[in-house]
Amino acid sequence: MPEIRYSKDHEYIRVEGGEGLVGISNYAQQQLGDVVFAEPPPVGKALKKGDPAAVVESVKAASDVFAPASGEVLAVNTEVESTPGLINEDALGRGWLFRIKLADASELSALMDEAAYADFLKTLA
Amino acid sequence: MRYLPLDASERGAMLSRIGVPNIEALFADIPADNRIQGLLDMPLAKSEMAVERAMTTIANRSLAAGSVPFFLGSGAYRRHIPATVDHLIQRSEFLTSYTPYQPEIAQGTLQVLFEFQTQVAALTAMEVANASMYDGSTACGEAMLMAHRLTRRNRSVISGGLHPQYVDVCATLAHMAGDKIVRLAPDLKANEDIAAAIDNETSCVIVQSPDFFGNPRDLTPIAAAAHAHGALLIAVFTDPVALAAVRSPGEMDADIAVGEGQGLGNALNFGGPYVGLFATRAKNVRQMPGRLAGETVDAEGRRSFVLTLSTREQHIRREKATSNICTNSGLCALAFSIHLTLLGGVGLERLAKVNHANAVQLAERLSAIPSVEIVNPHFFNEFVVRTPRPAAELIEALAKRGVIGGLPVSRLLPGAGLDDCIIVASTETNTEDDRAAYAQALGSCLQ
Amino acid sequence: MNVQGRPTRPETVASSMGETFTGNRGLDMEEALIFETGRFDATGVDIDEPPSFHSKLGPHGRHSAIELPGLTEPEAIRHYVRLSRNNYSIDAGLYPLGSCTMKHNPRLNEKMARLPGFADVHPLQPVSTAQGALEVIEALSNALLTLTGMDAIAMSPKAGAHGELCGMMAIKAAIEARGEGETRHMVLVPDSAHGTNPATAALIGYSVRSIPAGEDGIVGAEAVRSALAPDVAAIMLTNPNTCGLFEREIIGIADAIHEAGAYFYCDGANFNAIVGKTRPGDLGVDAMHINLHKTFSTPHGGGGPGAGPVVLSSRLAAYAPVPFVVREGGALRLIEHADGCESFGRMCAFHGQMGMFVRALTFILSHGADGLRQASEDAVLSANYIRASLNDVMSAPFGDRPCMHEALFDDRWLKDTGLTTLDFAKAMIDEGYHPMTVYFPLIVHGAMLIEPTESESKASLDLFIMAIRNLAIAAKAGEGRGFQAAPVHAPRRRLDETRAARQPVLRWTKPAPV
Repeated sequence: MPEIRYSKDHEYIRVEGGEGLVGISNYAQQQLGDVVFAEPPPVGKALKKGDPAAVVESVKAASDVFAPASGEVLAVNTEVESTPGLINEDALGRGWLFRIKLADASELSALMDEAAYADFLKTLA
Repeated sequence: MRYLPLDASERGAMLSRIGVPNIEALFADIPADNRIQGLLDMPLAKSEMAVERAMTTIANRSLAAGSVPFFLGSGAYRRHIPATVDHLIQRSEFLTSYTPYQPEIAQGTLQVLFEFQTQVAALTAMEVANASMYDGSTACGEAMLMAHRLTRRNRSVISGGLHPQYVDVCATLAHMAGDKIVRLAPDLKANEDIAAAIDNETSCVIVQSPDFFGNPRDLTPIAAAAHAHGALLIAVFTDPVALAAVRSPGEMDADIAVGEGQGLGNALNFGGPYVGLFATRAKNVRQMPGRLAGETVDAEGRRSFVLTLSTREQHIRREKATSNICTNSGLCALAFSIHLTLLGGVGLERLAKVNHANAVQLAERLSAIPSVEIVNPHFFNEFVVRTPRPAAELIEALAKRGVIGGLPVSRLLPGAGLDDCIIVASTETNTEDDRAAYAQALGSCLQ
Repeated sequence: MNVQGRPTRPETVASSMGETFTGNRGLDMEEALIFETGRFDATGVDIDEPPSFHSKLGPHGRHSAIELPGLTEPEAIRHYVRLSRNNYSIDAGLYPLGSCTMKHNPRLNEKMARLPGFADVHPLQPVSTAQGALEVIEALSNALLTLTGMDAIAMSPKAGAHGELCGMMAIKAAIEARGEGETRHMVLVPDSAHGTNPATAALIGYSVRSIPAGEDGIVGAEAVRSALAPDVAAIMLTNPNTCGLFEREIIGIADAIHEAGAYFYCDGANFNAIVGKTRPGDLGVDAMHINLHKTFSTPHGGGGPGAGPVVLSSRLAAYAPVPFVVREGGALRLIEHADGCESFGRMCAFHGQMGMFVRALTFILSHGADGLRQASEDAVLSANYIRASLNDVMSAPFGDRPCMHEALFDDRWLKDTGLTTLDFAKAMIDEGYHPMTVYFPLIVHGAMLIEPTESESKASLDLFIMAIRNLAIAAKAGEGRGFQAAPVHAPRRRLDETRAARQPVLRWTKPAPV
């Protein structure tokens, strides 16, 4: 079962095998408003945890998406480039941004699991 | 005071409402030592009549271009502007409205910008244009920075035919941003070898056509050379009317087209306010600076216009913005657009033809004077005249005879060895009498 | 994560059958694009065909026709007059836009700007024939120097942001001249700053270090001291700041900056609050841009043109860009070349926004020292009057304290109403007001920034206050649906901005033949 973890910057990473699928959380897409543009990183790029990896824009806001963990970009979601609204409709599913090959699985322990993220969101209200 | 509606008793009532004894209480945060006591050392308020008298006296100390035979261009052009234009831009709703951030009550401005963008794109034969920059020179600088972002390189090659002040603007920006510039030598006869200066580190080539010296240029081979090295071609123009006569940036495969729009709808105004035109290919739109008006619908499905793709701009992207530009040149863009709407493509082409015809006739007259050489084999409405006399003093001598004969090149390019060259411009406002007066005056000055 | 998103699509998009055949509603008229109404083979300007001549274009002639429609004069006037009527404007009503200073644009300014001795002068005419133009530049320069207490001025920047760039370039030049160009690469910017500030810094290669405002809405000298390091080139501080407050620790801030070998850039967008009351030069400022289209009444024109001259301290005067005007004997000269002096270069072609200089000078001569001070006092008085009249129904982020020329509210008072600052702003439109500045500064949640300026009569202020009070009361009473549907009376309802960004249509294109 793919395990999902969240960063404090509202990115998620869904881990399966040695790979992680990265996107922004449901909270993040709500805060941004209608997404109008998404720019994933180039395939093959080596990301370090915390690097700005992608950009997601709504009409009134632009957000950097930071790599929640280190790894090489294996694939990007081209559907999201042509239909950015997917990020609003299904942030955790079809709205994924890019997939990486995890360089260091131990980095995941610093991220929050689903319950911890839900608690974290309560502190922001 | 005629602009301040509050009277003393109203001010008193307002202070009471606020709950402070006097106005100084509202300025209490200013450090005590730095509060101005009394009034600054300036004259007191004046009546409208007195101000008008004072300003008119100053105005009378300049020579108005329309009062003499006038043959000066070099980046700003004296055009006949239909009376309708100035009348319309003084309508309250255009003159005193703000940037259209609340589109529901700004459809007038937004639709005009959409029309303007379309007109600029058509004129330059490019796919998309923005809602204006400050002027042609800063648009040129911004195009250079845009090319750096698109190519991820920072070395620009600048033609020796680019307006010298445009070159200086680019050089200042480049120096401050830590970018590199290759400036080719002033190129009087449009025979520089630009392609030789392009390499795999070049981000862009900036070339003007018609150039500063009046030569129209074929930029297609330069575009090809740039593209072969992964660089971009920025095509520059300083008179929008020229684009109706000579090949346009889009026809010559330019990636970005920038120029000065003053030549349509806007008076000379001693150098400003003018209006920068900026157009590019659709695929580059996210890296384009400046505002953009786009089409959409409202809650009742009616076609509407709105500023869009704003995430490129400073108020959202802040330090990652494509530019820091905020206020642009809205009213000047409106004036440009109204003039071009009145002209239409047909009228613009005819206007360009008259400009060219007048320049041709002037060149024929002047070249008939012994010792006068017309340097350019081809030109649109500006050409270089060479005489045995230093151009700067010749222009002064002509001015004393009541003729503004053009720009002595040495004024903008001192030390370039072009001290005997004058750039002469001719527009539709020149008459046969003007040309005769110029030829006469020049003839006597050269005796 | 950027939390500045908000709804950008109307709730419903229902096409409504116009009640009329034309779609017009009385004086409220629909107007098509010129490309739809104009004829592509027509022109509205009579130009005589020139007698035959030999073209000198050579092989460089344009091949493709320019496909643009022409309209005759009556058609053009009708088109633009109808369009104009869909615009709000200062002439029609109060614009409470904080930080924009939407004061009245005097018509004398327009008349003077159109005198041929100003409007019909070419920037490159022999300088002996343009003495009047140079005199305007000199007179306005002197006035601005007197008002700011600074030592030098760069007149050429074309707008406020361009002025910021000019001031920061002068600072960078000064630092490079000291040999510290490599080490000082950081600029301090308060988190309440206008977006142009960090954008400007980044343009010339600086990194930005953010300084948080204190609980009281101002920047503390201590906060600046902690952020200072040998890598700091400058601070960019707005005073009065974007929360409408005077930075009362400014002397301490200036001292700290100078002790650290850095420079003090002041964003002068809010200068209208302090003209004639204090001088930035006395507060330690090294460079400040002035927005002539804000403080000095030049018209906003639907988005420009502006003008952003920059006053400079003696520390920076030498680096000012060309051109500048100097008086030699009885005549005025123009210095146009940077070689031979320490000028950092050139900001733009020609000499600056002369048309705006004439307007600003006319404004200054009209008001005089007494009128200018009165204008600032009235601006501050009016803003406080509004604040005091609304602060029982709306919440202010920094407590009940006087403001300068603009009053700042946040959206805490809208909690539990289900309404946002945006909804409130749109409801103002139906009341006949352009909304105040919203969602700026970014440090205040759902910010609402109100700046009335000195141009409003008390009756106008009272009507505005009445409207806002009643709207606020209605919002808190739970009448949400009206707000969310607003505006209903404007030429357009809320627009689908999402669609405009997802499917950009940035020009008219000829429809493909059927």
